[in-house]
Amino acid sequence: MEITLAHYLFVAAALFTIGVFGIFVNRKNVIIILMSIELVLLAVNINLVAFSAYLQNLEGQIFAMLVLTVAAAEAAVGLAILVTYFRNRGNIAVEDINQMRG
Amino acid sequence: MLATIAFYVLAVIAVISAFAVISARNPVHSVLFLILTFFTAAGLFVLLGAEFLAMLLVIVYVGAVAVLFLFVVMMLDVDFVELKQGFLSYMPIGALIAAALLAELGLVASAAVSANGAPIAIAPAENTGITNAEAIGQVLYTDYLLVFQMAGLVLFVAMIGAIVLTLRHRPGVRKQDIAAQVGRKRSEGVELKDIRPGQGLG
Repeated sequence: MEITLAHYLFVAAALFTIGVFGIFVNRKNVIIILMSIELVLLAVNINLVAFSAYLQNLEGQIFAMLVLTVAAAEAAVGLAILVTYFRNRGNIAVEDINQMRG
Repeated sequence: MLATIAFYVLAVIAVISAFAVISARNPVHSVLFLILTFFTAAGLFVLLGAEFLAMLLVIVYVGAVAVLFLFVVMMLDVDFVELKQGFLSYMPIGALIAAALLAELGLVASAAVSANGAPIAIAPAENTGITNAEAIGQVLYTDYLLVFQMAGLVLFVAMIGAIVLTLRHRPGVRKQDIAAQVGRKRSEGVELKDIRPGQGLG
């Protein structure tokens, strides 16, 4: 049995769904939410690379690389915000973050 | 055949470890499962013939992002058990939305067939004597040069942002002030006394 494009799309769909589900159920823990966002971006990357292989076109891999860049930047800034927030508040409960509203 | 087995093994491990990321009780375990997910995704990329991106995934995600997560998880002194509360109360709505999303994405994925209705086989590119990294470089540094530089700018801004956010000035901490050290004059440091013989310093 040969591996088809749909196989990869199913794996990516499962990872994407797990990422979204993780955001929903871990409403209080910002670290897990950030990890869930990484999972979602990884699913997007798998889709991009699968279509890149299917179309024999490298541009999908270029885009996956850019997604990787943005994900790394997002993780760095997100964790920096988290560390600053923890320093000020002493916890990382998401419900209280609305106090940062200007 | 070997590729098929490898795909199924990697896919199953990826999905299970992704689920473990969001359901693990200890966030350190979550980060370790995230690393496992990235490793298996890198394996899937290798199966797709994207070796360069697979290595990039291992280096960037496992080497940088996941370690950053690990640092932050271990650095923050948080009661994670308390944060786990509400997991079950959010479960029904989350499961509902996840099921809807999975159904929609599954419909789209199962529609990925060729014009005559046969499933589309997918295979790495034929060996043309040029490696994946070289081929990517030929596209990235010509057609996508501006995008490449923009990506660098994004990383630069993120780096500065992270430094500015986490930098703090604490009063009362003695630090080396190189400008003051270099700008010091002889008159500030040395005092000449005229001492008369036999009397000493008075």
